[in-house]
Formats: sequence, C-alpha cells, structure tokens
Amino acid sequence: MTDSKYFTTTKKGEIFELKAELNSDKKEKKKEAVKKVIASMTVGKDVSALFPDVVNCMQTDNLELKKLVYLYLMNYAKSQPDMAIMAVNTFVKDCEDPNPLIRALAVRTMGCIRVDKITEYLCEPLRKCLKDEDPYVRKTAAVCVAKLHDINAQLVEDQGFLDTLKDLISDSNPMVVANAVAALSEIAESHPNSNLLDLNPQTINKLLTALNECTEWGQIFILDCLANYTPRDDRESQSICERVTPRLSHANSAVVLSAVKVLMKFMEMLPKDLDYYGTLLKKLAPPLVTLLSAEPELQYVALRNINLIVQRRPEILKHEMKVFFVKYNDPIYVKLEKLDIMIRLASQANIAQVLAELKEYATEVDVDFVRKAVRAIGRCAIKVEQSAERCVSTLLDLIQTKVNYVVQEAIVVIKDIFRKYPNKYESVIATLCENLDSLDEPEARAAMIWIVGEYAERIDNADELLESFLEGFHDESTQVQLQLLTAIVKLFLKKPTETQELVQQVLSLATQDSDNPDLRDRGYIYWRLLSTDPVAAKEVVLAEKPLISEETDLIEPTLLEELICHIGTLASVYHKPPSAFVEGSRGVQHKRLPGSAGSVESPDPGAAATETPPAVIPSQGDLLGDLLNLDLTPTTTTGPPPPTTSGMQMGAMDLLSGGLDSLVGLLHQGPPSLSASPSTTTASLYFLFFPSTLLVTSVWVAQDVCGHVSAQVWLPAMKAKGLEISGVFVRRAGVIQMEMTLTNKAMSVMTDFAIQFNRNSFGLAPAGPLQILTPLSPNQSIEPLNNLQVAVKNNIDVFYFSCQYPISMLFVEDGKMERQVFLATWKDIPNDNESQFQIKDCHLNSDAASNKLQSSNIFTIAKRTVEGQDMLYQSMKLTNGIWVLAELRVQAGNPNYTISLKCRAPEVSQCVFQNYEAVLKN
Amino acid sequence: MIGGLFIYNHKGEVLISRVYRDDIGRNAVDAFRVNVIHARQQVRSPVTNIARTSFFHVKRSNIWLAAVTKQNVNAAMVFEFLYKMCDVMTAYFGKISEENIKNNFVLIYELLDEILDFGYPQNSETGALKTFITQQGIKGQTKEEQSQITSQVTGQIGWRREGIKYRRNELFLDVLESVNLLMSPQGQVLSAHVSGRVVMKSYLSGMPECKFGMNDKIVIDKQGKGGASDDAGKSGKQSIAIDDCTFHQCVRLSKFDSERSISFIPPDGEYELMRYRTTKDIILPFRVIPLVREVGRTKLEVKVVIKSNFKPSLLAQKIEVRIPTPLNTSGVQVICMKGKAKYKASENAIVWKIKRMAGMKESQISAEIELLPTNDKKKWARPPISMNFEVPFSPSVSKGPHLEGLGFKFNVGAHKTPL
Repeated sequence: MTDSKYFTTTKKGEIFELKAELNSDKKEKKKEAVKKVIASMTVGKDVSALFPDVVNCMQTDNLELKKLVYLYLMNYAKSQPDMAIMAVNTFVKDCEDPNPLIRALAVRTMGCIRVDKITEYLCEPLRKCLKDEDPYVRKTAAVCVAKLHDINAQLVEDQGFLDTLKDLISDSNPMVVANAVAALSEIAESHPNSNLLDLNPQTINKLLTALNECTEWGQIFILDCLANYTPRDDRESQSICERVTPRLSHANSAVVLSAVKVLMKFMEMLPKDLDYYGTLLKKLAPPLVTLLSAEPELQYVALRNINLIVQRRPEILKHEMKVFFVKYNDPIYVKLEKLDIMIRLASQANIAQVLAELKEYATEVDVDFVRKAVRAIGRCAIKVEQSAERCVSTLLDLIQTKVNYVVQEAIVVIKDIFRKYPNKYESVIATLCENLDSLDEPEARAAMIWIVGEYAERIDNADELLESFLEGFHDESTQVQLQLLTAIVKLFLKKPTETQELVQQVLSLATQDSDNPDLRDRGYIYWRLLSTDPVAAKEVVLAEKPLISEETDLIEPTLLEELICHIGTLASVYHKPPSAFVEGSRGVQHKRLPGSAGSVESPDPGAAATETPPAVIPSQGDLLGDLLNLDLTPTTTTGPPPPTTSGMQMGAMDLLSGGLDSLVGLLHQGPPSLSASPSTTTASLYFLFFPSTLLVTSVWVAQDVCGHVSAQVWLPAMKAKGLEISGVFVRRAGVIQMEMTLTNKAMSVMTDFAIQFNRNSFGLAPAGPLQILTPLSPNQSIEPLNNLQVAVKNNIDVFYFSCQYPISMLFVEDGKMERQVFLATWKDIPNDNESQFQIKDCHLNSDAASNKLQSSNIFTIAKRTVEGQDMLYQSMKLTNGIWVLAELRVQAGNPNYTISLKCRAPEVSQCVFQNYEAVLKN
Repeated sequence: MIGGLFIYNHKGEVLISRVYRDDIGRNAVDAFRVNVIHARQQVRSPVTNIARTSFFHVKRSNIWLAAVTKQNVNAAMVFEFLYKMCDVMTAYFGKISEENIKNNFVLIYELLDEILDFGYPQNSETGALKTFITQQGIKGQTKEEQSQITSQVTGQIGWRREGIKYRRNELFLDVLESVNLLMSPQGQVLSAHVSGRVVMKSYLSGMPECKFGMNDKIVIDKQGKGGASDDAGKSGKQSIAIDDCTFHQCVRLSKFDSERSISFIPPDGEYELMRYRTTKDIILPFRVIPLVREVGRTKLEVKVVIKSNFKPSLLAQKIEVRIPTPLNTSGVQVICMKGKAKYKASENAIVWKIKRMAGMKESQISAEIELLPTNDKKKWARPPISMNFEVPFSPSVSKGPHLEGLGFKFNVGAHKTPL
C-alpha cells in the first residue's frame, strides 16, 4: 500500500476528477477519492467545493471510509453549515448503532462540528450516550459535554448535562471517571465561582480510588484535579498525601510531576514538626532526580519545575548538586536550565565542585551557555562569601583568555561583586581597565564606567578613561549615557580641580543635546545640585550604597506560590502566571497555596480553593485596566502630605519644591512660576514638567473650600468618599497646567495622595518620559480626544474620573507657519482631511478675531479680502507636532463665520473647531 | 488541552494536521514552520510561544511532531503524549519517516482520532489499539467481540487483551544498564550513576498474574523508609542500594509502596517493566584512559587504553569503543592490539570492536589523525568516548559486575488458561 501517492497530485481540473470519482459506484474508487481529498486538505488545499459529494459517501458500512468522511466534516462543516445538516441523519442513526465503537464515533465527531443546527440535534443522542451501558461510549460522551460547553455553554446548563457529568464521577469504570473529571475541570475553569467541581471528602475518596485503576492519562487528569482541592485539616491532608505518594514511581513523568504538585501543595498544611512531613520531604527528591533521565524535552520541563521547587523548598534537593552537572550531549536548553539550578543549590559545602564545573563550562562552545556560566561564577561569589576570592581569581583567569564575550560578561559580574564586597577586590581594577577598548556591549560598558566612577580616586587616569567615552556620547545607549553622566559627576566631586571642564561637557551633552528625558532630568538635577550646594551634592551622589542582596533573580514570592500550584503545566515552564499567556477567561483564576497548619484562621474548606485575591476593579474594560496597572504605592508621609506622583524619578519632594523657582527660570527663561494662592490651611505643591507634558498644580485643602471661579467639578464628593476634585486646565508661559482643587468634605484627614493619568491621545502625563505619540487611531473617536482619565489616590481609596481639557492648551507658542510652507502643506494634505464648520452669532471683525485667536496660540499667517469677504489663513501646532491649518472666512455684517480645517490627523478637527467657537464667543 | 497536532517533514511541509480545538487556526501550521523549522539556529527550547500559541515539539530523525495549544496545559503530559504517539506509530508501521507517514496517513488520522479526544489523551496502549484499529473495518465482529474490545480499551487492564494463547509460555528478561560517568581532566570521578532498565518479553497465555521479587540484597533507598538504610549497613557489602525506580503502568504501585512487591499482569510482547537508578558504590566495569596529543595544526595522536575491571572468570562480549574525531579529519591510521578498528567518516568516529575480553585484562589502540587546516577558530569540543558491551546473563550477574548479586525471583502464577 503506497498512500503517499495521494500527496503528489497537483494537476489542474483535479477537483472535477475527484468529484467524478467520489460519485463512482465502485466502493474502492470512492475510498481512494476520499483519501485524495483528505491528503489535499492536509497540505492546505481548499477542497470545500466537494462537500456534498464527500458527505454522500458517509452512508457506508466501511468504518475506515466513514472515519475519513467524518474528518472532512470536522474540517469544513463550519464553512458550509447548510450542507452540514445533511450529515445529521447519519449521526443520529449511528448513535443508535448496536456497535459501541460506532456509537462512540458518532457522538465524538458530532461534538467537533461547530454548527448550531447540528448542536441542537446532538442533545438527545448525547443524553443517551451519557447513560450508555458501554463504558467506551460513556467516556466519549463525557468529553463531548466539554466540547458542547465550548460551543454553547448555556445549552449545556439548560439541558442538565452538568449534573449527569457530576454523576459520572461515581461511575464504576475508572476511565469514565477520569474523563468526567477532565471535562468538569475544564468547564469549571471558565466559571471560576460556580462550585461545579464540588470537591468534598467523599468525591476525593472516589477520585483516589479511581487513581489506582485508570490509565496513565487518567491519573494525570485526576491528580491535576486533586491539586485544586483544599483539605479541611492536616489529617486529611496527610491521608491524601499518603495515597498519592505511590504515583511517584510511575514511569510516566507527567504522572510524577502532577503527584509532586499535589504533595507540594498539601505539604503546606502539614505541621513542620510532624514526622510525616520530614518523610515526605525525603521522598520527593529521588523521583525528581529520576526525571532527569527522561528524554531531553521532558528534562527541560522537569528542570523548569525543579527550579521553582528549589526556590520554595531548598531542603529537598540540597544534597543532589551533582545530578545537575551538565553532560556533553545535553541539548543547550537543558544545559542552561541545569546551570540555573546549580547556582540555586550552591552552598559553602559544595562550592568548590561547583566552581570547578563552572570554569569548565566557561570554555565551552555555545556563546549563551558560556556567558551564563561566567555570570554564574559571579553569582556564586555573591552567594557564598567564603568563595568570593576564588571566584574573583577565576574571573580574572577568564579575562586573560581575551575572548571578547567572556571578558564583557566577567566585567558585568565583577561590578556586582564590588557592590557586595566593597573595598576588597579593587586591586583587580587595573586588569579590568586594560580591556576597556574591547567592550562593545552596553551592559559591559556601563559596568566598566560605573567601576571607574566609583573608584575614581584610585585610578590615576580616570578622567582620561571617561573622556574617551564622551566623544561618541550620542551613539551610546541610554544605559551607558546615564552611567557616564553619573560617573563623571562622581569623578568631579572627588577630584574637582582637574575635571571641571569634563563635567561641564557632560552636563551640557546630557541637558542640551539629548532627547532622552531621563538623561535630561538627571543632568539637570546634578547641575542644580552642583551649582547650589556642592556639599549636599557630595552627600547625595557619593552616598554609601546599600549592599546588594544575595539572590537577585528569585521569583517574587506570591508568583512563586501561584506557580507551585501550576507544577507540570505550561505556566511552570514559562515561569509566568497563566493569565500572561492564555486568552480569555480560562486559567485567569489565580491559584494560591493553602495556609499552613496551625494558623489561627485555617482556610474555609472548599472556599479557599476557588478564592481569588481581590482585584481592585476587575474587568471594567481595558482603559481602567491600564490605570490599575499603574503603581500607586502609598508613601509613608504623614501630616499634610505632598501629593506624590508615582513614576517620578526624582523621589524627594523637598528637592523639587525648594529649587523649583530657579529651575523654572533655568529651563524656560520665561516668567518663573505661577503664583499659587496658599491660604493658611492650604499646602501646595507644584510639579514641573517639560513642554508637552502637563503641569499639575494641586492644592490640598483641609476642611475648607477654596475653588477657582471657572473650575469644573470633575469628581463630586459623593462619588469619592468625601474627596471632591474640581479643576481647570490652563496654558501659561508655554506650560500646560492642570489646576486642581482637592477638597476634603469628609470628617477624617486624608493623606497619601498620588495621581496618575491613563494613557491619552496627546501623551499628557504628570511625570516620566515624554511619550512618543502614536498616530491617532480612528477607533479612539468614541471618546473625545481631549478626554483625560485620571486616578487620584489617597489613604482611603483610589478614585477614577475623567475630564476634558480644552485643546487650545496644547497649542504651542511656535505655531506660526511660514507662508510658503503653509501653501505647500495646504496643498499637500489630501482634501479628504478637510472639514468645514460654521460658527454662528459671532460679532467680531476679522482683526479682532485674529487678535483673540492669537492669544490662544492660533496664528494668522495671511489675510486676503475677496469680494468683501475676509479670508484669514491660520496655523497652530499641537504639542505632539501635529499642525492644523485653518481658513477662516469672515463676511462683514454676517455673524456667521465659515471655517475650514485641514490637518493630517483629521480626528482633531472637531476639537479645534469647538475651541474656535469657545475663543471667539468668549 | 492540546489544540492541534501537526507532523512535518524536514522541509516544513505538513504531512499530518489534526485540529482539535477551535482556537487553533490554519495559520498556526505556518507559524511553526516559519519560526522553528526554518529558523537557522538550533532549537533553543522545546516549547515555543508564537503569538500566544504554544508549540511543543520533538524531532524524530527528519520528522517534526508539534502539539499546539493556547491554554495552560500540562506540559509534561504533552511531551509524554508525543513520545507515546511515536511509540504507537512505530508499533504500527516501523520507523518514523516521511515515506512511512505518507503511506499510512489514513491510519495515523484514525489513531489520532482515537487516542486524542478534544485534546485529552485516551488509552494509547498499542496492544489494545491493535484490536480495533486494524485498517480492515470492523463489520465482521460479533457483539461479544465488540464489547470485549470496549471493555478492554476502557478497562483496568488496558494494556492486555483477553484470550491470548501460546503453545509454549515463555518469558524473557533483559537488564540493560548505562553507566554515566563524569570525570575531571585530572581523572577524578566527579559523578557516576547507573540507569538501568528491566525489559521483558512475555509470551504468556491468558491473564497471568506475575510477581517480581527482588532478593534481600536490594535496598531501595527511598530515604523515607527509615529502617532501610540501617539494614543495608548491617548486611554489609552484599547490599545494592537503588536510589529510585519507576514502573510500567501495569505494576500496582500502591502494592509496591506498602509491600515492596512488584505485582502485575504483563502486556503481551516486549515492554519496559521498570527503570532504576543507582549512584552508590559503583564499581566501574571498565576503565578507559585516553591520551590525546596535538602535533602541530594538522595532526592529532590519540591513544586509548581500556582495562577490564571485573573478575577474571567473567567474560565481556561485543565490546565496542567509539572514539570521536574532529570534523576536519582527512585521514586516520589505526593500530590496535586486539579486535578490529575502523575510522567511520560519516560518524566522525573511530569504532573499535572487540569480540570478547576477560576480566582484569588490558588492551590499547593508537591512532594518528590527519587534519585539514581550517580557519575555524572554534576549537574541537572533544566529545566523550563511549563504550558498549554485554555480559551474558548468569544467575548471579546480570550486566556489569557492579550488579553482582542482584538477583531476581520470578514467579508466574495463577491461572494458566488450559490449552
């Protein structure tokens, strides 16, 4: 039999031939034709045109042919729903067939056909099959319920299939139980709060019994389900553990890992002084090690999981270091993972062996592996103090090899070693400096510059070394630029006399020639510091740094706990919670380890299994979600606190408000700053931002109302537990300001204010880097573009509101276009982007209008009078660089103006027009 | 669960594509080809996430098998399933090759329909599958036969069918071990472990209840069993400590856990009953001492000495030593005292075969390897030398002298169906 021939037919007119063959009388020919169709389908050809002909072949007693037709149906039924209905009859008939294999086949296939009409017909046969006398049919029907639920969840509930499925958990056949458990678990995942998998000691007992009898796959389904149960007390926990441990000797690694998951989870509930607890810990090690003799892909899965386990319970594998030594023929992904675990297990007892191994690895061929090995040596030094000296000398040996990436990696880790053990290994700096020229990776360059800056007083030619980097300052990555800035400032503070020129140079490079806000901000801060108070500058810049902690790459504990609950699954392979890679509602449920035994409030049985940590505001659309992701950590200030903006890099408030006035002058050379009106009860604070970001002026009022006349109430007190926010947007001296009045109408003191804006069309932000504006996408038009969603937080809660700012705020002062440019641009913008508006009842003449508009940064470029009609050509520029061109027609005596707006981003036209109207009528 | 399963040839052409879940589209097929098969670099991870779709892949000769999903599936299970799929295919049509897959694609689809339902693995024991996936149709079966099939597929003993009859009841047992040794350049043993497999071929009638006893010399050091290690201490050298063992699914694990007895109803034919791992007191059966000297840039001198390190009365057979050579080897001259040695260019190795060798003997081979000058700066990674040999089964010795004293009691009992 050579079926491969079916893969090669690629003639024209093939479909016709197939059609003829499918309708042939000869059975053999028919079958051949269906095979050809399936082969074409496999390679991706569209053979849906043959639908009726293939379906006609369905009525056959040849099972092989029938299966092929079913396969075709599953693929194409969705695209041909009307035709698919032709198949229903056969399905229904097959569900009554005396042969259980055929009954099961029909119900299995029907569930895979996602056509509503077919689904309707499926219910009756499915109900029968769920109660079929043959276990093979029942186990297939159990899975079919999950299929149906995926198509139409409501139908499954209405038809009562869920209850039937629950009954199957008590079925006499273990495989039926396993499939019912699998189906129920899947359905329960999409209904996190329905107590669908009602796990209680009786059902658990049934599951544990079935566990001993079903197939390896069934055991996995059952163990994964058990892992979701929370035992009532430590006794129950222990008895389940006892019945699960024999699974650790199963040949199937997935069974072993799922058993490990159950044990790791239930162990949390056992008292640590219990003998059994120790026994269990010891029992876990051998099977985990055995997993490393499996095929490489499984080894990889096992290693990723062991990585989690050693972080949670290092004692389990602490004596097993040797099994993680890398083997020559391990695939690279296994090698890298082993290396990671070796570091986690490194201790004073085994460090000598580990180092010897790592040194070998550093001479291997694979670049990634070598890098990781070098980095690992550094991590050993930081983790095991006694080994630090040997690690450093090993690293120096490696630097002598002059292999470029080894040297760079070594320098990066040596920087960390310096941070852990200051003033201990500085003798090696000379060797490091020799390799300065060979460094081409940003991380290594930054590390080297940090070292030079930090130990500038011991390096004679530190200024020369740093100066050599300055030449190509703008080509460096941000990381290097920032480090270079800091290093030179450090150098200046240590050797002020020789390096004045150098520091000026770097400060001007950072503040004047750079577009990077982080760099600019840091530059300005240093500049300010140095010019006002060099002593303070010294205290700030050369402050003693805290030692770095031992392990820097540990997984955050709550995430680790969640991942432990997902042992064996993809989440444990990616080291990410399922919500990070699964779409939709499935798997978003966060799992947690049960509380340990003996704790006062032992978890409510059952409830804890489905308990989810409270999200602040779950599922209210993406925008709110974005807001929630912002970090609004409370500050610990007490008393009338300054509202803090998160994401502000310059944390200390005093620093800012103190030097504010002069800083403004420095930046803008305009009128220094606005005058606030601080009353006695008002603490005020100004945040300063750069053009195109927003200045937030917020006034904190205690028990008192002090509002601006034109202010709008953005957040009524009723909605925000007593906090009222009103405000207004203004543009003064080229700075956009949001003046907010926060009024406390509640009885208690409010503290810990913070503010954050949601992403918005023009990238307004209270702090942080300038947002690069993405083109305005048309979908955003549902909301006004100038809508701003704001979150304000205090000690009580986080409040969200939105307000609209006048677009004129965004018009910048240099918005006057050259005449020629205007003409060219006007022509250049397609006519589709032009929009016309009428402004009614405006009684200004053209000059007055022009003046008035100018005050809101709408500039008149030219004026033309045609037949008594004044045509004003105007331009304005938004903070993000969008130009808006306007033609304003004013007819003397006619109070109605006509305005045409052209802009490359036509979405803004409406806002601009409204602004015109507001300005002219006001 | 598994959303789809694809099989590709080395060019990335799809040979089999079966989609189980609605969230997997046709574009997933192409995404894998473009991002993994056509990617020039070696595989950096057996799980690849492309556009929120996860691909689990294994490669068998030139064939790629990929399981696709968008959910948080049990990753270990997916890989175990892929291996199982390979086993099943091999059992049906032999080697997994493009030719064989194309020739059997109808069968493969039928198998995939049976062993994976909505992405959930179902019974995948070949013994059971072969009773009803036969490529012959099943119309000829009687009602009894049908229900027998279904009860077997769903039953507790899914790996064996009823009514097997043999004129002679036979059982073969092989113990295969691989010794894994890691040595430092100074010749110090860094780590050594033995992973052993007990492979059985059973041709027994009916539903035989088998018991496999380990004699008292074996101590399974499941550290948890408090007394075990003490006993080992008392019985002295004789004991053999096994770190861990795993069993075929036919073995009743709970019984092993409580009574230390291995009881099972075996599958028919060949299968792996158990695997074990041991690290303690490994006496290496052979010592291999390599000596490599680089003579200039174009020549390499290799000398390898092997010493048999077991009782003179024992005889090792079919010894094969494989000495890797650099990729730029142009010619090799070999001289060996015993056996035959040959340079195999296609395998980049010198293969040295010795028919038999008694204990406490020594033999050596020396080779001169001519190298082509290359500009490749990457140095030769010096892959390890590997060695294979057999020690014929005798009551006291299975394979490899360190297992001396490891004995097996075997007992096929219960109901033998009358012939």
